[in-house]
Amino acid sequence: MSLVHVTDLTVEFGDLRAVDGLSFTLAPGAALALVGESGSGKSTVASALLGLHRGTGARVSGSVGVAGVDVQQASDDELRRLRGAKAAMVFQDPLSSLDPYYAIGDQIAEVYRVHTRVSRRTARARAVEVLDRVGIPDAVRRSRSRPHEFSGGMRQRALIAMALACEPELLIADEPTTALDVTVQAQILDLLHTLRQETGMGLLLVTHDVGVAAESVDDVLVMRHGRTVEHGPVGTVLGAPAQAYTRELLAAVPRVDAPRVTSGGSGAGVSGGSAVGASGGSGGGASGGSGASGGSGGGAFGGSGEGAAEAAPEVVLEPAPEVVLEAVGLRREFGRGKRAFAAVDGVSLTVRRGETLGVVGESGSGKTTLGRMLVGLLEPTAGQVRHDGHARVGVNPAVQMVFQDPVSSLNPRRSVGESIADPIRARGERDEQRIRGRVRELLERVGLEGAHYDRYPHEFSGGQRQRVGIARALAADPRVIVCDEPVSALDVTTQAQVVALLGELQRELGLALVFVAHDLAVVRQVSDRVAVMRRGRIVEEGPADEVYDSPRDAYTKQLLTAVPALDPEIAARRRAERGAVAVS
Amino acid sequence: MSGFTGFAVRRTVSAVLTLLALSVIIYVVFYATPGNVAQITCGPRCSPEQVHQVAQQLRLDDPLYLRYWHFLQGMVVGHDYSTGTSVEHCPAPCLGLSYQSDQQVTQIILNKLPVSLSLVVGGMVLWLLLGVGTGVLSAWRRGRFSERALTGVTLAGVATPAFVIGLVLMIVVCGQLELLPFPEYVPFSDDPEQWMWGLLLPWVTLALGEAAYFARLTRASMLETLAEDHIRTFRAYGVGERSIVGRHALRGALAPIIALNANDFGSAVGGAVLIESLFGLPGIGQELVHAVTVVDLPVVVGMVLVIGFFVVLANAVADVLYAVADRRVVLA
Repeated sequence: MSLVHVTDLTVEFGDLRAVDGLSFTLAPGAALALVGESGSGKSTVASALLGLHRGTGARVSGSVGVAGVDVQQASDDELRRLRGAKAAMVFQDPLSSLDPYYAIGDQIAEVYRVHTRVSRRTARARAVEVLDRVGIPDAVRRSRSRPHEFSGGMRQRALIAMALACEPELLIADEPTTALDVTVQAQILDLLHTLRQETGMGLLLVTHDVGVAAESVDDVLVMRHGRTVEHGPVGTVLGAPAQAYTRELLAAVPRVDAPRVTSGGSGAGVSGGSAVGASGGSGGGASGGSGASGGSGGGAFGGSGEGAAEAAPEVVLEPAPEVVLEAVGLRREFGRGKRAFAAVDGVSLTVRRGETLGVVGESGSGKTTLGRMLVGLLEPTAGQVRHDGHARVGVNPAVQMVFQDPVSSLNPRRSVGESIADPIRARGERDEQRIRGRVRELLERVGLEGAHYDRYPHEFSGGQRQRVGIARALAADPRVIVCDEPVSALDVTTQAQVVALLGELQRELGLALVFVAHDLAVVRQVSDRVAVMRRGRIVEEGPADEVYDSPRDAYTKQLLTAVPALDPEIAARRRAERGAVAVS
Repeated sequence: MSGFTGFAVRRTVSAVLTLLALSVIIYVVFYATPGNVAQITCGPRCSPEQVHQVAQQLRLDDPLYLRYWHFLQGMVVGHDYSTGTSVEHCPAPCLGLSYQSDQQVTQIILNKLPVSLSLVVGGMVLWLLLGVGTGVLSAWRRGRFSERALTGVTLAGVATPAFVIGLVLMIVVCGQLELLPFPEYVPFSDDPEQWMWGLLLPWVTLALGEAAYFARLTRASMLETLAEDHIRTFRAYGVGERSIVGRHALRGALAPIIALNANDFGSAVGGAVLIESLFGLPGIGQELVHAVTVVDLPVVVGMVLVIGFFVVLANAVADVLYAVADRRVVLA
């Protein structure tokens, strides 16, 4: 008898059919991953296993059996006895998934008591026991802490401890590591692996990350539009995908172990960019690239693009591209007195025309603070930012930024055209016709339509919004764009498209990019040079292939072994390596 | 607990500064108010000589800063007043003498304050029980008939003026049904039972008006918390609705309720004039309105400072409660 038995499951929210006739089974102790992009319905399936759609207005049909309970037919009480006791769920965001007002031990004890009717003391002891089991040090004391006193990884451990409390037969993990750093992610995945071996519980893993699935499960079910695309053993599906969509998905996943594929490397890309810049004459770098229409646009805005115009002749003369952006001993402290800490602690770097500098680091490494200082949004406590060799204070149109969250970085009450027009207006352009024309051109340049001027951000998908963000950055005719996690909120296929767009723009316009991200694989795919940050410092810097293929710094090595591999065999080997690193 | 000491010190300092600023503003406003204070105080039938005498006695001809200085002196060390025939000592904190009655303002306030506090504290207990209870219920029963009925009732509560509620209550309960005697204030120290019966209708009247706001705020705040991820977690772990609503969601919904309550408590101390007049309660609000109409500056200043004190105090208590309710809040 199977642990999970789903037949012809359909879930509809209003007119939207999130899950469309899905069927699968999971044997006791087995592990299955539901893999898909956002909107594929994978999380909806996970919720349906616990009957969480009941009472929400969603229409659920088909049959769902979990640990001998018919979820569709079960009474509310039967369903409650299933939840947490026989099948427990671990959620994506461990901070918001725990009650901020109660001690972690009390929350686990509460859940335990719901299912076992033991005394408070016994339940509390059980909470400490499971916290200890998931590797929370000093569990007795820490069980009295509230979630905000835990780090992200510790919180996720605590949530897993809650799941373990009643020794469930099935663990449902909905994007359990998506909110975590790569090294912490590896620890959590290893923990899940160990727990599964020890307890023999089944695992249903919901993830958008193919690598995470490869690390953790026996079988993979690839979902799209609520339907099964492909279902089979993880080695087969990822190694020799039968379906076109699976192949597409796998192709879009950036590989940390493969050198940069896009052709726009330093040499050819830069010379191409400067040639266009030179032929464009007085035209700003940004408009020079887009051919005939770009010529007129360049003329219109030529006067203001002084930074580019100044530098253009030098580029042609010099063999090595000049340094456009430089940071010298940058330091930034937050807080005062005893609470002061340096988010960025003495960082120096250079960015040359036409190249991409990747800045990679985990959360709290100071990479975003560094990015904001480079753009001038944040004043350094010490050190200098230099543009073209001159020290600069404050924002400068020549250095633009693309932000992480394309939803919150666009004003929802203004049309995207207005948002893109902002930098143009800020430079003093008053002619409505010219502004509209230029914005249209920019929209087309980033792969949208000129007619989208009057649309509002909510009418666009995540990837399209990020394109709008890029268009806005381009509107100022920048020489450098600092991209702060520009693709981390996007699906892999969209991610690949946006990365490709950035590469294209760079080659055509001779832009320098600073690409700040936590995702090692993405950074490798876009960068010429890479700087690895940790605790406010750059621990290693060099050409991308060198840093990735033969890392010198121990931390870089640790980061690289933590990246999930797409091949389950490599994943197993990495797991062993991580164990060895942890021991040594 | 050192954090708390620091908080208490900082709050006390800022409270004193707030109250000082308040008193300055009132002095300036009243100084600039047109009208002959001496004439009003003396009465319409006084001769110009008498008016002049009153003005001298009340030191109305002194410049503003000097009068304010005397006021501050009185607060700190007390003050001696000559009332024509005798010298009266007003011990610190002396808020001066009423222009109208020559009574010490401190004494007037001490007489009126128990009435106002009785009304407001009792009313607050009722409005919290009624308002938060209704709010929790309607959040829990969202979309069902009982929720809509509750929402309707609370809306009606917001819309109906307090004096209408009070009047109707009085006519029905005391007049028609004769369940209670018409309300009369009896000090708690005289007879606690009579005190309670006398205040019951004023409490209900005050609470019905206020509870409506609390019900709507609680409902909105509860719905917001109920939509949060951690609520989903406990649902997914089989925790019952009672615990989810009463333990997890209500705790998260408390902050705005605490804030609103602090505000309403503070302002009701001096602001429940309508209810005080309606039920003949000799409280702060009534006295303040009277003092303003006769330009009795010392009484007005004293009353406003007392009301200000309660507003400041209520907000400080609210801040402490925030920190108790949510450990992530640091007192500062």
